[in-house]
Amino acid sequence: MVELDSHDTTAGEHRSWRSAARVRAGTARGTGGAARARLRLGAAVSVLALLVLAALLVPTLSSAPGTVDYQAVRLSPGPEHPFGTDTSGRDLFVRSLAGLRVSLLVAVVSTAVSALLGTAVGAVSGSLGGWADRLLMRVVDAVNAVPHLLLGIVIVALYQGTVLAVVLSIGLTHWATVARVVRSEVLGLRNRPYVDAAVSSGAGRWWVLRKHLLPAIVPQAALSAVLLVPHAVFHETALSFLGLGLPPHLASIGNILSDGREGVLLGAWWIVAFPAALLVATTLSVSGIAAVWRDRVVPTRRSELAL
Amino acid sequence: MAGLVARRIVLAVPVLLFVSLAVFLLAAASPFDPIHQYYGVQIFDASAADVARVRQQLGLDRPVPLRFLDWLGGVLSGDLGVSRSMRRPVADVLAERLPWTLLLAGCGLALAVVFSLFVGTLAAWRQGGWLDRLITALGHALEGIPPFVVALLAIASFSLGLGWLPVAGLTDAGSALGPAQVAEHLVLPAAVLGLSQSPWLVLHVRQSLLAAFTEDHVTGARARGLRERVVVLRHALPTALLPFVTLIGARVPELVTGAVLVEEVFSWPGVASAVVTAARAADYPLLTVLTLLATAAVLLGSLLADVAAVLLDPRVSADG
Repeated sequence: MVELDSHDTTAGEHRSWRSAARVRAGTARGTGGAARARLRLGAAVSVLALLVLAALLVPTLSSAPGTVDYQAVRLSPGPEHPFGTDTSGRDLFVRSLAGLRVSLLVAVVSTAVSALLGTAVGAVSGSLGGWADRLLMRVVDAVNAVPHLLLGIVIVALYQGTVLAVVLSIGLTHWATVARVVRSEVLGLRNRPYVDAAVSSGAGRWWVLRKHLLPAIVPQAALSAVLLVPHAVFHETALSFLGLGLPPHLASIGNILSDGREGVLLGAWWIVAFPAALLVATTLSVSGIAAVWRDRVVPTRRSELAL
Repeated sequence: MAGLVARRIVLAVPVLLFVSLAVFLLAAASPFDPIHQYYGVQIFDASAADVARVRQQLGLDRPVPLRFLDWLGGVLSGDLGVSRSMRRPVADVLAERLPWTLLLAGCGLALAVVFSLFVGTLAAWRQGGWLDRLITALGHALEGIPPFVVALLAIASFSLGLGWLPVAGLTDAGSALGPAQVAEHLVLPAAVLGLSQSPWLVLHVRQSLLAAFTEDHVTGARARGLRERVVVLRHALPTALLPFVTLIGARVPELVTGAVLVEEVFSWPGVASAVVTAARAADYPLLTVLTLLATAAVLLGSLLADVAAVLLDPRVSADG
């Protein structure tokens, strides 16, 4: 292997959010850095809260969600339809928020699948060590060597048009990152004095894992899970956009954007612009919150990276 | 160096085997019966005996492990199988489509690299200024925008709004395939692909330049009173380039993802859009080969980055 000081070259190590967080950590230093970080956190939390509330309430309270009206096809944004209407005359404001709800739900569920799988693999790999560790890490390398969207497409092609396929497709491709984080955390913990003390007073492997390792790795696993949410949202939208994801009748951001593709060619740019803006606002606020959280959970990383 | 390359190739074999086995098992578990694809609607007219005969001809009646070994033997002897959705040998599909993907991805990556070096250097140079803040903010925003949204908005503005560039395809309808036609149709997809790859690269160049500014040789250059331009471009930038090369090599997965989405939106006739066609039709022979191709590209990217790192920096050792 090539040895580079502080730069790991294995594929998948430079995952996008990691380098982004690196830069973010860098900008938050200096005078007023803490105040600015607090301001940014406040903004991100309020934007996310607003979006989630709107996604939960608006489609439920709206009188006619998803009503097809061929008299009102592709109306540009106006007082009656703040986001305009789509190619079937559905109000885009309500439909986009309903889509955001579906996309977020799918993303959160699939992230939970990844986080559980990744934590299990990472904890087992880190605490067993030996050949089991080597084998599992080779599997992680192999999963990371396939572009995630491509692997997701392969899985989705199995059970086309079902929600389960999309959840599995995202869940089964993203666990490797969590597994790696959890494994390195476990390896670091294994040599701590309190673990040594437990082992020498006769604690079994399972006991140590449950009582000493799991409580310590849960925050790490949770953090990497939250960092995965924007990825999961992106994968859902990408799969649905390609016509491989959620069933077309279900409003999701990806499905709306897929309809918008036809709309754009007819000049209806708003079918793409508004749902995409909602999507971007959501993912950016989630990754903003995760970045601040990361700096708190892993303060050494910040001091390392601020340079 | 030769040792490094040889070791990586040896390590790549089990990864590729594992990936192909995984895809093969997924295909075997699929409820989708390939025989339906072979026949199409005519399956309803075909007799059971005919269907059984075709099944046997296609080798679909054999157990999964044997089918995998058959397939593997075929691949090793140069027979990649037959694509069910395109009804042609997979090798032909690749030969026809791979050059277009390489052209698009190559141009996109080149654009992204040049653009990021320029913009990233500009941002680091003016660290904390309005230009730096603008670039950093735009970079973070662009990270969150999926490439297909960028592609659709680019079509809406440059093709439909301004009418400068064609909407999609490789040539205008009815035109012969020629360099001018292809170049005109390449501009928008390559620009979108390059733009969608650049935020990470820009932010990374900026960050590693900022780190390089604190190194001794840069401080030394400043102390000797060299001009700022010389200090940034000749002293700091070369140090920052090494991690940048590594990053480019590690970003092949994202390049593949971007290529799938961009090719699909612009109806670019490359292998990446063939992934989508193959998936819609559950065409596993083609999908398996394309997945392996992408995996090989990822491994090759990381190998090339490491080789470049060894060649560029004498401090990096090739053995270990």
